[in-house]
Amino acid sequence: MQQRNKLVSFEEAVLPHLDAAYNLAHWLTRNDTDAEDVVQEAYLRAFRFFGGFHGADGRSWLLSIVRNTCYTWMQHNRSPELRVPVDDELHEIESTDLNPEALLLQRADTLMVRQALKELPVEFREVLVLRELEEMSYRDIANITNLPLGTVMSRLARGRKRLQLALTNQIHAEVLS
Amino acid sequence: MSCQRTQELIHGYLDGELDLARSLELEQHIHECEICARAYRGHTTLRSSLKNDSLYYRAPENLKKRIQSSLRKEARTEVSSLGFGWRWLTLGASLAFMLLIGVAVWRLVPRSTSPYGNELLAQEVVSDHVRSLQIPGHLTDVLSSDQHTVKPWFDGKVDFAPSVKDFAGQDFRLYGGRLEYLNNRAVATLIYQRRLHYINLFIWPAEQAGSTGEVMSQRQGYNLIHWTDSGMNYWAISDLNSVELREFARLVRQGQ
Repeated sequence: MQQRNKLVSFEEAVLPHLDAAYNLAHWLTRNDTDAEDVVQEAYLRAFRFFGGFHGADGRSWLLSIVRNTCYTWMQHNRSPELRVPVDDELHEIESTDLNPEALLLQRADTLMVRQALKELPVEFREVLVLRELEEMSYRDIANITNLPLGTVMSRLARGRKRLQLALTNQIHAEVLS
Repeated sequence: MSCQRTQELIHGYLDGELDLARSLELEQHIHECEICARAYRGHTTLRSSLKNDSLYYRAPENLKKRIQSSLRKEARTEVSSLGFGWRWLTLGASLAFMLLIGVAVWRLVPRSTSPYGNELLAQEVVSDHVRSLQIPGHLTDVLSSDQHTVKPWFDGKVDFAPSVKDFAGQDFRLYGGRLEYLNNRAVATLIYQRRLHYINLFIWPAEQAGSTGEVMSQRQGYNLIHWTDSGMNYWAISDLNSVELREFARLVRQGQ
């Protein structure tokens, strides 16, 4: 009886966020089948730890488990992504001259944007997905990724910069050639 | 506000995380400075191209059903290991067992172990071991061959401090750690690797202090060995041969 209640309240709190879980897992694993396996495993883990969940925000809680499961998956599969950690101390040259023309960026189509985001290093990709696609606050992103707030901010800034550069390079190569 | 400061704060502004006073300053600057205005337009354009529904991966229809059925299965196993059903069953079994002793076959039964409790536990150990290898990414929660990384990882996750040692010198390399549910409680799990074989070592406090000898058994093709040392239960399982698993157990015991 108790287990049935646990299952019901778990499903109510966490199952509505299945799309968010799958979206994050897909952007991190970059693959349909792996994303499905990771999400299923994350739900099982979440269910086991549900006793420890007292918060109001089921989505953040679930996404942090999904993210951890993704990273374990990447480690297990010896993903080359984890071999070169980004240097958060590094201050990329903030040249204002490098700001691309908005008009040029407007030429980027969905396919191009998807490809550019997919190729971004995972550290930048995850904060961008959480911010732009999931529309989460800096505080929530910091909680999910277990990063200091300042690191979240600088990764977002650097991620956006890299994405813009990748897109404008692509447009130059494809459209203007 | 300087250009450099503006470029730093522009993201907070864009994301609605900047306070009102600084937002106003920033707007003022963008209004006056063409270079920063251009950067701002670049960011808003990028944002609108990311606000595209087709970039959002929605879960396939069958995934929800898959998850629900695996959750039901999980809930059922939790019931069978936690609930009353099994408790009555084990009570009944122990009564029957005691009766058997009364009929004087007690000599056949090893005294130091409680076969029925261990029987269930062994089954759980085997399922956990199989699960850990079956599901991608399930083997470790913390992947490290450094005992000083793995040991602190358990802090706050379990209510005891397992001792963590690497035996790479003896060719039992520490591979990582994991939190597992076993015997109705959170247990620390250490994963060791020998050649292509993984060993799961489950550790949790025993009900009684003291130590017992090693007991080996075999189940579904896996070798299991368990013992108690200074009030802690140890269960190791692997597809490794029994001789090497016993060697591993001895190393762990000496390392305590």
